[in-house]
Amino acid sequence: MALLQIAEPGQSEAPHQHKLAVGIDLGTTNSLVASVKSGEAVTIPDIEGQHLLPSVVRYMPCGNHLVGAEARTYAASDPDNTIISVKRLMGRGVSDLKTLGDEAPYQFDVNDGGMPYIKTAAGNKSPVQVSADILKALVSRAEEALGGELTGAVITVPAYFDDAQRQATKDAATLANIKVLRLLNEPTAAAVAYGLDQGKEGVIAVYDLGGGTFDISILRLNKGVFEVLSTGGDSALGGDDLDLALADWIAQQLDIDIDGNSVSRYLMEKSKQAKEVLSGADEATIDLEIKGRKQSITVTRAKFDELVSPLVKRTIRACRRALKDASVEAEDVLEVVMVGGSTRVPLVREEVKQFFAREPHIKIDPDCVVAVGASIQADVLAGNKPDSGMLLLDVIPLSLGIETMGGLTEKIIHRNTSIPVARAQEFTTYQDGQTAMAIHVVQGERELVSDCRSLARFVLRGIPPMAAGAAKIRVTYQVDADGLLGVHAKELTSGVESSIQVKPSYGLGDVEIAEMLKSSYLNAAEDKDMRALREQQVDADRLIVSLQDALIADGKQLLNPDEYKLLESEIEKLIELRNGSDLVAIERGVAALSKASDEYASRRMDHSIQKALQGHSIDELGESE
Amino acid sequence: MMDISKNFFEFIGLPVSFDIDQSELADRSRELQKKLHPDRYAHLSDREQRMSVQYMSFLNEGVATLRSPLLRAQYLLLLQGIDTESESSTPIAPMFLMQQMELRERLEEIPDQDDPYAELEDLLAEVEGMLKALREQFAQDYQEGALTAATETVRKMQFLEKLVVEIERLEDRLDG
Repeated sequence: MALLQIAEPGQSEAPHQHKLAVGIDLGTTNSLVASVKSGEAVTIPDIEGQHLLPSVVRYMPCGNHLVGAEARTYAASDPDNTIISVKRLMGRGVSDLKTLGDEAPYQFDVNDGGMPYIKTAAGNKSPVQVSADILKALVSRAEEALGGELTGAVITVPAYFDDAQRQATKDAATLANIKVLRLLNEPTAAAVAYGLDQGKEGVIAVYDLGGGTFDISILRLNKGVFEVLSTGGDSALGGDDLDLALADWIAQQLDIDIDGNSVSRYLMEKSKQAKEVLSGADEATIDLEIKGRKQSITVTRAKFDELVSPLVKRTIRACRRALKDASVEAEDVLEVVMVGGSTRVPLVREEVKQFFAREPHIKIDPDCVVAVGASIQADVLAGNKPDSGMLLLDVIPLSLGIETMGGLTEKIIHRNTSIPVARAQEFTTYQDGQTAMAIHVVQGERELVSDCRSLARFVLRGIPPMAAGAAKIRVTYQVDADGLLGVHAKELTSGVESSIQVKPSYGLGDVEIAEMLKSSYLNAAEDKDMRALREQQVDADRLIVSLQDALIADGKQLLNPDEYKLLESEIEKLIELRNGSDLVAIERGVAALSKASDEYASRRMDHSIQKALQGHSIDELGESE
Repeated sequence: MMDISKNFFEFIGLPVSFDIDQSELADRSRELQKKLHPDRYAHLSDREQRMSVQYMSFLNEGVATLRSPLLRAQYLLLLQGIDTESESSTPIAPMFLMQQMELRERLEEIPDQDDPYAELEDLLAEVEGMLKALREQFAQDYQEGALTAATETVRKMQFLEKLVVEIERLEDRLDG
């Protein structure tokens, strides 16, 4: 059997080997990585046994950087070079940063495209780079613990993240050399962690009070499909604000002058510890030492509840609004999932329970639940569970449109449309002899372009001069399964075309990413070649294995004997190339085998559609195989 | 590369008709989603992933088209070679246009009424009623093969659907 001889010496991956895949919760305050090991999804600790990696990076003058708890210890003493809560800056332009106010204490430098760079001792860093550094730390932790190279990762993002923010997250992964199997909405991941995708159909509320953000998401599970009905929350409300309320009170009680970042961060840190104590005790004592002056104060649970109650009430109001947006009542909610460390605060649990009139799920550590859910999906997507029926469907959260005459938005893809999706619309020229057309891609629900978020602009040039209204320009929007948009424009009479993978004007360009990747290899030029070869081999393997699997599954059925033989020999050819070290030859081989098997691949698709339909009723279709 | 040559009805496995069982449409599309979704191909080669995105996009577009009565009607005509999207030469009965102008005037005056919400609701109910009648009309036209009449009916539906959007917009604006 030729097919079984393929896992030859020299080929690193045998078919059906368990693939190493992880779920990553890239959080505002903390990040985590989890993986399914022996059938159980668990978060992976670092060498010291810590599961949470503080999302903090400190850049040093020597050019090196620290990530995590160690970096965080410098948050008070070296605030300019210690980057916290970088998630808030992802996919944001300079103009957005101003609205963040005092929350971003860093010094910014702006490039031509309006992309903000944080000035650090190790040079200017974009938010994408900072996130990539956090991701790298998580990946190396996982690879050490799992003992091998990762196939890919599922990375979670808030359900409301717009295209720019999702793209920035994916860019960070690219920069960290991670294959993204899928960007997954955080609330969906939390629901998956509790196995709610296997459970009763109905409405699920995910209450996520993290360190710096509060999100409420209303999901509907219908025949195994999750749909985000609405999202709400407050991007400037989180556990940190609970700390801040306590810190303000302490400062007031002890007459402490909060001047500068250092004192305020120190007080925040102390308040945070007291808050954690108060989750299990009725009172906490806080010892302080500021500018050599030692002080102490005791805070009771009742006092703390009183201080944070307005904030908790704010989250409940947001829950009410989210329910209204989703057109469901509180009593329609079947399950409530608690996410985020701040949901350990007893008052939070109490208020949530009261509002939804049911016990929320708290069994899984609320800090870990999102990463755990992501790892379960990563395991499925990596192909480790071919029989799993799990399918997480997504919709786009905001409408995608195009600017038309008069600064108006014409929606091309409406919000809540299932993705992936492609939709085309035709436009025409408005002036005689017009040879170019500017295309402005926007996201949002409002009528005026100025009220929507601008995603990208590009120009279709080379339209042959015609009378106004004679040219036919078809603009196609394609949104992939991660919710990322590509736009394509084509003039139909002449065939002139132009396309763009939408990059936010203040995001990183592909060239910049390539440059950064290159510079990260600068220290090891050989390393770079090795990596390029390795990547090409992985590509080849993926194609080989999937074709071999396909041939076993239905090759005899869908191919005639000649086609079958031909394909087999083409596969053999690529295996030979792949075992060599000629990068270009492997690349060509992959292209050749892809081409040779295109027809087979589309037959397989059609066949699986036929099978899916057959499951229903052969009679109605009036045809069978 | 990919030639998705089937029409939406064939692709999803439903008879080509204006009358569609929505729950059957939902069931079938879900079955197909399970087969075609890119998640099923995430571990396979780029080619498979690309194909699945194309198929899945086609499916999603198909489901959206067949789910909406107006889009479904337009699509049925398109299959008969009549493009109602770009063509606007179909004559419309003057009576209908008069009625449209009156409805629009009513809409414009709503914000000044004592109880704009009640007025809005009345108007919406009336327009929905007209749409329902037009859908029945279209089903009949189409079945009888009266394509010119069916095209005019679709044009009327377009007018009214647009009006519904405007009513909803006004509602948003009143909410504030």
